[in-house]
Amino acid sequence: MSADVVLSSLANGVMLGGLYALVALGLTLIFGVMKVINFAHGSLMMLAMYATFWLATRAGLDPYLSLVVTLPVAFAFGYAIQRAVIAPVLRAPEHNQLLMTLGLALFLDNLALVVFRADPRTLLVAYSQTTVPLGPVRLNLPRLLAFAGALLISGLLWLFLQRTTLGRALRASAEERDGAALCGIPVGRVYAVAFGVGTACVAAAGAMAVPFFYVSPEVGNTFVITAFVVVVLGGLGSFPGALVGGLLVGVVESLGGLYFHGSLAQIGIFALFVAVLLIRPAGLLGARHA
Amino acid sequence: MRRRAAGLGLLAAAAAVPLVVRSEYVIGTLTLMCFFAFVGQGWNILGGYAGQFSFGHALFFGIGAYTSSLCFLKAGLTPWVGMWLGAAAAVLVGLVTGHLSFRYGLRGAYFALVMLAFAEIFRVAATNWDYVGGSFGILVPLQGHAPRLFQFGDKRYFYYVILAMLLAVTWAVARLERSRLGYQMIAIRENEAAADALGINPYRVKLAAMALSAAVTALGGAFYAQYFSYVDPTIGFGPGNSIEILLRPIIGGAGTLWGPLLGAVLLGLLGESTRGLVKSYAGLHLMLYGAILMAAVVFLPRGVMGALRSLGGGAAERARA
Repeated sequence: MSADVVLSSLANGVMLGGLYALVALGLTLIFGVMKVINFAHGSLMMLAMYATFWLATRAGLDPYLSLVVTLPVAFAFGYAIQRAVIAPVLRAPEHNQLLMTLGLALFLDNLALVVFRADPRTLLVAYSQTTVPLGPVRLNLPRLLAFAGALLISGLLWLFLQRTTLGRALRASAEERDGAALCGIPVGRVYAVAFGVGTACVAAAGAMAVPFFYVSPEVGNTFVITAFVVVVLGGLGSFPGALVGGLLVGVVESLGGLYFHGSLAQIGIFALFVAVLLIRPAGLLGARHA
Repeated sequence: MRRRAAGLGLLAAAAAVPLVVRSEYVIGTLTLMCFFAFVGQGWNILGGYAGQFSFGHALFFGIGAYTSSLCFLKAGLTPWVGMWLGAAAAVLVGLVTGHLSFRYGLRGAYFALVMLAFAEIFRVAATNWDYVGGSFGILVPLQGHAPRLFQFGDKRYFYYVILAMLLAVTWAVARLERSRLGYQMIAIRENEAAADALGINPYRVKLAAMALSAAVTALGGAFYAQYFSYVDPTIGFGPGNSIEILLRPIIGGAGTLWGPLLGAVLLGLLGESTRGLVKSYAGLHLMLYGAILMAAVVFLPRGVMGALRSLGGGAAERARA
């Protein structure tokens, strides 16, 4: 196998990994702050993909430009969902929280099935097949844009969490709910913000994948199962863990695809996962034992 | 005593149904209810009693379904034997996954996701391994009415088989509830550190719960493969199946003997009634199902059994006052 093929597969893996990382970031942020695994994460991604698809086909909006619309809407939607659906079960046993997000996922996925039907749709943009040369490999432009977007959004999220008052309030609520509340932080609203930001992350990942990925009512699940592996790999609730885990999983999947065809490429991800579990069960960058 | 009498009465009624009702639809619905109660009870041992919330029980289900079907397809071995081989294989896999997870005390959300990932490993492997049918899965070759091969010309036989299996597992779990192991499992669920301090070895007790849970779920998987004469990677190992398995015991009341059965009956009735109402839209009944699920979590946080118990407890307290 020539070096170029391996390099180009590596590059594809990194670009795909950026999207996985963004999906996982949303998941890990929501988990880190309110200790809830959002099983509806994939459904939220799917909704964003449909929104992007319809904005492109009906209103002629470029999928990357329409982020200006979809991201604020996704944030508001996530905020509202947290208030309406997640907040009532925050002090309930863990499995009831999971069941709640599961019910939400069932509801949203099948709502999409009823409204949009099961047929997968693909969006072709003018630059779908455009490539950008980078050394010996040529990168697919939409994938490259998605990767750059994922990095940009992750960076902004990091700045938001580290530098803004709201970001600090969010981290404080994650560390110690009651302590944060005693300091005057409106924990309930902060939680809703966290859910909104997590939703915006996964919505961005979905929207940016539309030019090179099909849209269907169950498309989110494909990404989110991988994202679950990513967060366990990186350590639940760990921001850098989600980034590193996402990139790693993207690369392993892509390189695996060179040697195994079809979905067997994913076996590499799971082998990695079991290996990490054997050696570092709290995840690569997990600070604590779960 | 009252509990036993109620159980026997219920059993007699369930056994009498096919003698009175001829409708294949009714028998089919009851068979599925019993089946879901059975695999739900399997999940309940680990998830309910021992408090280790598994999100990947399709792992064991699929192993049971595949092992019994493959033994029959490749070696002509009757599924009556194959189902036990499947249970043994599931126990083995359960011990390995359990060892990996429990060794470091992984629990809660972490454990749930680890189990999901293990089930996915098997789903991807089964999809890509042509020897086990690849993505198409396995069609169990039909032999007509062949009771020795776990095949029946009349669906009522399947109903009696799953009813017997459900009876056996209910009896076994009732015994487990009152056994040393059962109390140890509950102690770990309620407070692992305290249980540990009292000299219970959480690792071993959780492994034991995992093994029992895996075996029961695998037997259920073998029944499923025979009943539908078909299994594929998604039906067997898919995340959707893991959800189906845990839904009933949780709705009914996790960690209670009758929770899985109650959940299976309620969700069965719910599914059938809403399916009839909204036949014209694919997915609409699942959508309602999701909404009802969310409502149940808010209004019945400890399952139906939990709600019944607090009602009963309230009445008893009022009687004492």
